[in-house]
Amino acid sequence: MNSSRRHVLKAGGSAGVLALLLAAGIVRPGEALAQASPSAFEVKTLTEALKALGAQNPAVSDAIQIKAPEIAENGAVVPIGVESRLPGTQSIALLVEKNPQPLTASFDIPPGTEPNISTRVKMGESSDVYALVKAEGKFYVAKKEIKITLGGCGG
Amino acid sequence: MADPMRIRVALRDGVVNVRILMSHEMETGQRKDGSGKLVPAHYIKSVTATCQGKVVLQAQWGPAVAKNPFLEFSFKGGQKGDKIVVTWEDNKGDKRSDEAVVN
Repeated sequence: MNSSRRHVLKAGGSAGVLALLLAAGIVRPGEALAQASPSAFEVKTLTEALKALGAQNPAVSDAIQIKAPEIAENGAVVPIGVESRLPGTQSIALLVEKNPQPLTASFDIPPGTEPNISTRVKMGESSDVYALVKAEGKFYVAKKEIKITLGGCGG
Repeated sequence: MADPMRIRVALRDGVVNVRILMSHEMETGQRKDGSGKLVPAHYIKSVTATCQGKVVLQAQWGPAVAKNPFLEFSFKGGQKGDKIVVTWEDNKGDKRSDEAVVN
């Protein structure tokens, strides 16, 4: 089997898609290559954050599980875990819709690493939390509402 | 230099579970101090974990990750004695690297 040919095809394919996206103005050149560019962390709305990640219309998937409490007492420390059962999961991003900057964290999952991560985040108020998963080049999303009884941003 | 990370590594059925506790303020840049001035943002923006030099997890963070960040993940293919190195870098350019050995 000629593996270099496969690489060329693959590279050609993704470059083509990239060119299309660039032409359509969906992704700006700098953002297209990085998994999560710094600017994606600065945008103020969920829609813009998804756009900055290159995932405008992710498909809702029940193969993504968000493990978090329904009600968190302290918004300064909210434990959140995300597990993806989608084959070929490449990255997992966590977005808190009502935080000043929704994109909270993005994880690149190399082959061999389980698509199952846990961390702790800050939440200013009760909000829907989105887990955005990139698997085999496509984006999928799941959401869970977390209620906060005490905010995490100084009050 | 920031305080060392605490890294716990456990090998079970060929899967290495890594739990990391970092010591960092994770200041959001939204908070005001006593005199009403904004406290400038200071947070870890990237984390990389390697096993025997191979990257097993890479993360980009914003300021909304909780203070003294916790991170847990697992990967396959690790063996007893493998060296895990975790490195973070914050938005002011500070870096910290710590190691643990799979046992």
